[in-house]
Amino acid sequence: MSKKDSEYLINRKDNQYEVVIGLEVHAQVLSESKLFSTSSTKFGAEPNTQVSLVDAAFPGMLPVINEFCVKQAIKTGIGLNAKINKRSVFDRKNYFYADLPQGYQISQFKDPIVGEGKVILDMPNGQKEVGIERLHLEQDAGKSIHDLDPQNTFVDLNRSGVALMEIVSKPDLRSPDEVNAYIKKLRSIMRYLGTCDGNMQEGSLRADVNVSVRPKGSKEFGTRCEIKNVNSIKFMQMAIEYEANRQVDLIEEGKTIDQETRLFDTKKNETRSMRSKEDAHDYRYFPDPDLLPLEVSEKFIEELKNDIPELPDDKKKRFIEEFKLSSYEANILVSDIDTAKYFEKVVAKMGKNKDIKLAVNWITGELFAVLNSKGLEISQSPVSAKNFAILINLIKNGTISGKIAKTVFELMIDGDKDPQKIVEEKGLKQQSDPKALEALIDKIINDNREKAIEYKQGKEKLFGFFVGQAMKASGGKANPQLINEILKKKL
Amino acid sequence: MSDIVKQSLTELVENIKNKKLSSTDVTKAFIDRSEKSEELNAYITNDFTSALDKAKKFDQKPNFNLKLPGIPMAVKDLFCTKNIKTTAGSKILNNFVPTYESTVTENIWNEGAILLGKLNCDEFAMGSSNETSFFGNVQSPIDKNLVPGGSSGGSASAVAGQLTPVTIGTDTGGSIRQPASFTGIVGLKPTYGSCSRYGIVAFASSLDQAGPMAQNVKDCALLHEVISSYDPKDSTSIDFKRNHYSKELTNNIKGKKIGIPKEYRVDGMPKEIEDLWQKGIQYIKDCGAETIDISLPNTSYALPTYYIVAPAEASSNLARYDGVKYGFRAKGENLIDMYERTRSEGFGAEVQRRIMIGTYVLSSGYYDAYYLKAQKVRKLIKNDFDEAYKKVDAILTPSTPSSAFKIGEKTNDPVSMYLNDIFTVPVNLAGLPGISIPAGHDSKGYPLGLQIIGKAFDEQKILNIAYAMEEKINFKNKITDWWIK
Repeated sequence: MSKKDSEYLINRKDNQYEVVIGLEVHAQVLSESKLFSTSSTKFGAEPNTQVSLVDAAFPGMLPVINEFCVKQAIKTGIGLNAKINKRSVFDRKNYFYADLPQGYQISQFKDPIVGEGKVILDMPNGQKEVGIERLHLEQDAGKSIHDLDPQNTFVDLNRSGVALMEIVSKPDLRSPDEVNAYIKKLRSIMRYLGTCDGNMQEGSLRADVNVSVRPKGSKEFGTRCEIKNVNSIKFMQMAIEYEANRQVDLIEEGKTIDQETRLFDTKKNETRSMRSKEDAHDYRYFPDPDLLPLEVSEKFIEELKNDIPELPDDKKKRFIEEFKLSSYEANILVSDIDTAKYFEKVVAKMGKNKDIKLAVNWITGELFAVLNSKGLEISQSPVSAKNFAILINLIKNGTISGKIAKTVFELMIDGDKDPQKIVEEKGLKQQSDPKALEALIDKIINDNREKAIEYKQGKEKLFGFFVGQAMKASGGKANPQLINEILKKKL
Repeated sequence: MSDIVKQSLTELVENIKNKKLSSTDVTKAFIDRSEKSEELNAYITNDFTSALDKAKKFDQKPNFNLKLPGIPMAVKDLFCTKNIKTTAGSKILNNFVPTYESTVTENIWNEGAILLGKLNCDEFAMGSSNETSFFGNVQSPIDKNLVPGGSSGGSASAVAGQLTPVTIGTDTGGSIRQPASFTGIVGLKPTYGSCSRYGIVAFASSLDQAGPMAQNVKDCALLHEVISSYDPKDSTSIDFKRNHYSKELTNNIKGKKIGIPKEYRVDGMPKEIEDLWQKGIQYIKDCGAETIDISLPNTSYALPTYYIVAPAEASSNLARYDGVKYGFRAKGENLIDMYERTRSEGFGAEVQRRIMIGTYVLSSGYYDAYYLKAQKVRKLIKNDFDEAYKKVDAILTPSTPSSAFKIGEKTNDPVSMYLNDIFTVPVNLAGLPGISIPAGHDSKGYPLGLQIIGKAFDEQKILNIAYAMEEKINFKNKITDWWIK
């Protein structure tokens, strides 16, 4: 596929438009307690049970920074190959809303904790680099619930004060597919680092999507619209598709695009205006006088660097070099940290005489199929890496055939049974005794004389028939390789 | 013992420790006097009944190792007190009862003191005359219809009027020192970061400091020793080595160099203030210290800087009073309408004025011209002091540009009211400690104060200078008990 073919363009008559996308991802910091208070961040608790006096903004209450969240943000910055700022400042973003108890959100405006960085995306037509503008720490707001009562709005402050990392990309993305790859890559990196669980259903990862369009080849950016708070990759892609087409239609009609904030209606699959630039809030940012500038030392950063695990890009490189995997295979294995962990455990347990290709095929084939059908994550796999490795070795050393292995695997699922035991108990061991197999084959040739003659006369297709007969006669346990060899010799 | 209320804190502690007085005796005396002093309007909330209970309990099981053994004390109603209504002088917190205690008051109770009640103050500490309180203005014990100063007006009135032996106030731009000066008492604004701001209703976070107010310097030193502590719950609290301020107090200030800043000689300053200052210089010399003329060139920018920084922070700090979670709520058609009504009815005129100023100076397009510039000037003002302290140990100035004024005299002229803080705000902007001590009377017999400004964390030194000067000045407050029928 040439690069041209993969370009995402919107066509109208003779005109082609390119879509320019930038994302502001809000990732919830994986932390037991909130950014400026000791309240729990556990998801799904009863409303207003995880709220301290600080979270509810009682008079005289003061924020105290949670050092763990700072470490998490810096680690994420390191994972994004970004500049870590030794001095950053918390600002107040002032606005009134019922679920914002302080009347301001503590965020970072001018001096974020993390500066410019980059992530690499693996696209079908090659790698793509996406620039990171910045990452900053901020508080989440509470939740307003409007549909419990016709007259009143209820407010749940459990989320109020939870630490978020806002990761702002440069306007480097050009298609819904790239957005998909970008979000997945961010999620992957943060899960490797343990800084965000990436759980989109629970709102741990959501994004504001900035979309603009421009005639293909143009260097200038078009007027952008920001689509607020989209909480799934699918919705992001749908919103971009709709929004880009809407903007192109406006241009084609000779109209202008207003810079505005829009909402994506997931039911109608359309974006609609939330507020125009003129109505935009004046947030009156200023440094929060309750908090001193956040200063971290070189040593502090270095210690965190030493704490960074192998990240997906490096792991992929290593898998390709060390295990001679294809880029495609390596991608599948590294994109999710738990898959990578499982794979590496299997490799370790397989010992010296290991068949990595076989293991990869079995993981991406049989294991994924089972997980899929049962709706499980690989971390919940019913077959442990240890038993999985034993199974692969049983195939590799000829104890069982691939076909028998599938039967064994089915039996392993229920209670993570040892495949070795299954093979022994069920007598599934492969027949590899040449003498016994020769006798078996002699009998088959004898019983099918006519077919043997036809084969010898050139009807080569019949070879498969003889293999099938031999396997059948052995109850599927005959070593297929040996059968092949003996048949070739005897026929 | 009818003279109990006339005793200093140090004397009361001594007499309780020596069992000449019980906590109940002392507590009763101050309650009795407070009850007779309703006309001063110093209290917003009293807690007399439980104060007496606590005093009796103390007497049953006294602990004389404490620094404030069984001493009754009323505090400014800006300090959150557990289970006792805390209003900040505002209608918007009219019904607010905290479930928690401020660190500063906690420190006081931990040393054995007993809460008498909550003292009146300007609404959210915004004012220089205690006339902005939702609970009415406070009368000065000095004279009828005279303001006690502000914002710690109730606190100043209560100490000068002997309703409490000592008290604590808060000082954002002069709110301890100016009322202390107006009522003839001692008031200390500590170094920023010396006393925890945890549990104090915030006005301007980068300027607010709690501090002691007392009849004399020694009492002031003792109370400061109790309230100053490092507190991890306040990110701006500073962990430095704190002195035993009362024990280390000395009147020996020989050889100390005291700066006299020429910029504090402002236009239109009454002659009697200038004369007082000169007298102060003479006292300094009498104590064996020397005075040096210094310059703090950016002084004239302090007031405009303060009236940008403080309202900016206040506009944001007061956003939480929105009727949603606690406090006063007005009915509204919808959320926005509820906000507008709650805040229009809940806040008084001065608070609304400052919220509007603050909102304006932080607005996009104005931020750089006002807030950012003010922060730069603030740095210059601090640099002025840093320069000066290369040559001197402390700085002596008048506390206020005039003596106390009549109630209502300046209420329609906010700028003239703001000018009251001209000598005190630079100290807050620079985060330094400053103490006001009574130093004389004007022609009407109203008290006048002098201010000693120290280096950061140098409270001991300015307390010592104040202590030495106090002895020479030998000030006698003229309290006529005019309000007692």
